[in-house]
Amino acid sequence: MTVHDIKHAASDSARLEAVGGRLSRVDGPAKITGAAHYAVEQQLEGLTHAVLVGATIAAGKVTAIDTRAAETAPGVLAVLTPDTIMELRGASDWFGKAPAQPTFSPLVREVTFSGQHVAAVVAETFEQAVAAAALVKVWYDETPAIVDLSDGKAGDGIPIEAMTKEWGDAEAAFAEAPVRICAAYNTPREFQAAMEPHGLIARWEGDELTIWEPSQWLDGMARTYAEWFSIPFENVRLVSPYIGGGFGSKALALAHSAVAAAAAKMLDRPVKLVLNRPQNFTSYGGRAATRQTVAIGADRDGKIQSIVHRGVNETAVDGMWVEPLGSVTSIMYATPNFSSKQNVVRVNTVVPGAKRAPGENPSAFGIECAIDELAYELNIDPMEMRLINYAEQDPHAKKAWSTRQLREAFAAGAEAFGWARRSPQPRSMRDGHQLVGWGVAAGTYPVRRAHGEAVVKLLSDGSVVVESSSIDMGQGTYTILAQTAAETLGVPVENVTVKLGDSHFARAGVTGGSRLAGVMTGAVHKAAGQALDELIGLALSDPRSPFQKLQSNTLVVRDGRIASPRGEGPELLIAELMSAVGRDHIEAKGDTLPASTTPEERYKNYTTIAMSIPHTEGDYSRHSWCAHFVEVRVDEDFGTVRVSRVVSALDSGRLYNPKLAESQWKGGIIMGIGQALLEEGIVDRRHGRIVNGNFADYMLPTNADIPDIQTISVGIPDPHSSALGGKGVGELAIVGIAPAIANAVFHAKGKRVRDLPITLEKLI
Amino acid sequence: MRDFSYFRADNIEAARNAAALPGAMLLAGGTTLVDLAKCGVAEPATVIDISHIEGLNAIDASADRALIGALAKMSHVADNAEVKSFFPAVSEALWQAASAQLRNMATIGGNLMQRTRCPYFRDPANFPACNKRVAGSGCSAIGGVTRGHAVLGVSEACIATYPGDLAVALVAFDAEVDLGERKLKVEDFFLAPGATAEQEHDIRPGEVITAIEIPGSAAARRSTYIKVRDRQSYEFAAASAAVGLELEGDGRTIRDIRVALGGVATKPWRARAVEDALKGKALDEATIREASELAMEGAVDHGANRYKIALAPRVIARAILKLGETA
Ligand SMILES: Cc1cc2nc3c(=O)[nH]c(=O)nc-3n(C[C@H](O)[C@H](O)[C@H](O)COP(=O)(O)OP(=O)(O)OC[C@H]3O[C@@H](n4cnc5c(N)ncnc54)[C@H](O)[C@@H]3O)c2cc1C
Ligand code: SF4
Repeated sequence: MTVHDIKHAASDSARLEAVGGRLSRVDGPAKITGAAHYAVEQQLEGLTHAVLVGATIAAGKVTAIDTRAAETAPGVLAVLTPDTIMELRGASDWFGKAPAQPTFSPLVREVTFSGQHVAAVVAETFEQAVAAAALVKVWYDETPAIVDLSDGKAGDGIPIEAMTKEWGDAEAAFAEAPVRICAAYNTPREFQAAMEPHGLIARWEGDELTIWEPSQWLDGMARTYAEWFSIPFENVRLVSPYIGGGFGSKALALAHSAVAAAAAKMLDRPVKLVLNRPQNFTSYGGRAATRQTVAIGADRDGKIQSIVHRGVNETAVDGMWVEPLGSVTSIMYATPNFSSKQNVVRVNTVVPGAKRAPGENPSAFGIECAIDELAYELNIDPMEMRLINYAEQDPHAKKAWSTRQLREAFAAGAEAFGWARRSPQPRSMRDGHQLVGWGVAAGTYPVRRAHGEAVVKLLSDGSVVVESSSIDMGQGTYTILAQTAAETLGVPVENVTVKLGDSHFARAGVTGGSRLAGVMTGAVHKAAGQALDELIGLALSDPRSPFQKLQSNTLVVRDGRIASPRGEGPELLIAELMSAVGRDHIEAKGDTLPASTTPEERYKNYTTIAMSIPHTEGDYSRHSWCAHFVEVRVDEDFGTVRVSRVVSALDSGRLYNPKLAESQWKGGIIMGIGQALLEEGIVDRRHGRIVNGNFADYMLPTNADIPDIQTISVGIPDPHSSALGGKGVGELAIVGIAPAIANAVFHAKGKRVRDLPITLEKLI
Repeated sequence: MRDFSYFRADNIEAARNAAALPGAMLLAGGTTLVDLAKCGVAEPATVIDISHIEGLNAIDASADRALIGALAKMSHVADNAEVKSFFPAVSEALWQAASAQLRNMATIGGNLMQRTRCPYFRDPANFPACNKRVAGSGCSAIGGVTRGHAVLGVSEACIATYPGDLAVALVAFDAEVDLGERKLKVEDFFLAPGATAEQEHDIRPGEVITAIEIPGSAAARRSTYIKVRDRQSYEFAAASAAVGLELEGDGRTIRDIRVALGGVATKPWRARAVEDALKGKALDEATIREASELAMEGAVDHGANRYKIALAPRVIARAILKLGETA
């Protein structure tokens, strides 16, 4: 574990240590200097290396595997196949639902997608394993695959009743509306494309398993390993000090994880397995491809009368993923009539998964393009159109918003962008060969809440240690928890060390859905408060304390010094007091769960998502909001699109650290630019295989594609959303960027592109 | 990646001798070779490291000619002041290629020898059929994902695009490649697939590229390279054009023009029909656009790459017009 030197990280603004201060990332220097060791960089004695063999068909059966050449290759310790890998127990899913099958084999005989793991080679060195894996020969009995949503064999799919949202009579109201638009919007298969690949090191000591693996959810993944190998949860230790990007992909223990842990058990040697880049496109799911139709009926003055929405997303043949496509559609605008329904279609792919703002992101692409189309249809300014239909309460839950600073976001964004100077006609702005277009779109993300616990230790030298099994994948957990502890305890932030990423620390649930900051600042605040109470209690009551005779009923701690509130009497450093009263440390564990919570409920809370608190619980509907303003340049001859300006105004409630929040927002906006213009998993439709599964061909934006991005915080503390008033930050900003860009492209070129990504051939 | 032996050549003779051995491959910057070894396309028995040979990285450029050593780095050539003044298209082709990190590693010799980005070529485990890899094995691309594939110079055996940028500029200005015993026009050094897709270059076992030579010309002095792609940087061309222009004294009539295309053909593609149509003509947008269309004569698309037929002439026209404006 690298201890972060916060002094280096502190920037120049005042009160950095306070919650809300612009403290730089405390883990930054360690990452920049290479001192930060990522999970699979762990050096272990006797480490062996596993390499996977993937199916070269998308559907069918493995009929035979010839491992002889691989087995006799230099350095090879084992060649594992579905026949020879140890049998594992099925593990329950992330809701805690029991497995469909009692047993689980991470190497398969029945192939349901190209690249699925069919064998693995373990060797003394990585190079030997790679060479031997190429010698494994696999025979198949291939059957026709359903390659994607447009495959003739795919059909209409399975209706997902739980996704149906209806009020009024949407179809009838649409039919009667004086103005109607209806269009189809598609998003392709996209990938999380984290820089750090998936991978792990597994080591057994008796029936105790240690896993070093990048993880967005230590407790959840530890549970899965425990269930696979039928060992107690406590026997699994998952270590994940740093994560080189997850974006939703690193929350679950996956088939390759099981292969490595099983191989380690079978060989009784530690095993390292890291997916190569193409395998990172086939071993876990990215964002499912989606199709939506959005029909809006409105009055001539732009007031929406009805929205009819139908969505489809792809899922796997043997796994279910629902990308909730009606999530933004149903709350963004006020409408008396509404209908949203969704199907999923099984295709031969790895099960799709969570990618930044699953559901909200494609949902916003549909509704935010559709409302723009309606605005042009009626010749109403697209921002005005959105304000005309502003939802004063949650139209679906029929509850008051906890806070909704979306009107403020439109106002602040429009002002900074200069929206008032917009020329309404498409194709009316130009700069040489570049057609210039302006677009606007809104975004939202629900406030997902859960519970967490933290340990805060005050040591005899006055320093503070915070421990939690939550993680930092770059979003700033190390930093904001240090700020929270420092502010609560009244100590300088450089006296606080935050330790994360070890499942033996105090527990935390999944880092996903932008919930971690709200949950963990609450837990640390509580634990630190308890530690402070204990410290002050000691100071007031211990006969050896110089404060004892003061007869004060409380004390304050500021800058690591204890004194009475009005300053009379002594002033002591925490370390001096601890030594005076003979304590070597004070430790407090705080959690945000009700006191009545049973141990089983606690376990469930941390290892499943079954106990997440609905964002519409109680009297309020809780969401973050944003408005994006985008300028694009479309080359009139080449069809190339470049984003030249982005101004986004965002309501994430109170910001625990504005510097880190801005950086997360900008990250989301950049990812959204990639989604709008570049990203697409391209499938060979004869083989059902992704052919651009590498970073040269799967296009992500480069620095040259990203203009200056201005973000403006319009949030106010939201007491209904979290203990300290923050709402979600991490996922919000990607929601709405793609439609803002598509809308700007329409304004520039006069052509509506409803299929992402907006590549040049669509505009030639 | 399989085991190989490693040999470090200290001089060009040693490199040539070693390169004649079966299964030998040269290593310069390694940015193509290591990549292809990782995806199982290159399986050298011996890797001959030429990167330490002295004297092969010189850049000697003037108005008359540019002589560029095979080991010169892409970034050094791109930044060379004389190359920039007398051969701007060469510098522009280089700095728009790959990424800064790659350009700092990659050499000019290796650049000429880079292989196609056809995804089927690069994935032997999943797509055994590829005539370029294994003669006579078939072509996995035809009927598959062809958005990046060529429309010019294709055959039934192979439709893979030549991906590089530099060679497009070299072909436009009649550059030669020095192989020691032989000197070839760069245009002839690259081979269209025909029935022998596996033969990409006219290079024989034991031959090593030592230099390229670009004759100076007025057209080379007034030249540019335009590269069009979805991503602003670090992507191969959807279509690109290297164009050089020389005008008569009237400042309007085209005396000499050079046009070559990248990203759309199986080899760096000289568009002589466009040149012939424009020589002697006035620099006029309609004429230029019309003549640029001639570059696509004989173009064959495979569906997803049809846009290249529309795009490439527009890139040529933009480049010519841009040079015209800078008169
Ligand atoms: C992700 C990525 C993006 C790229 N984008 C672009 C781009 O946009 N435009 C572009 O033009 N290029 C691009 N490239 C290709 C890059 O320019 C080449 O990889 C590079 O120029 C090769 O040079 P090298 O010295 O590294 O060659 P090496 O990898 O060392 O060698 C490449 C080949 O050439 C042979 N060879 C090397 N030197 C000689 C010699 N002197 N004589 C004979 N044979 C020799 C080697 O045996 C080998 O087969 C890209 C590459 C990558 C990996
Ligand atoms: S296009 Fe050429 S390189 Fe690509 S698969 Fe066909 S033969 Fe091979």
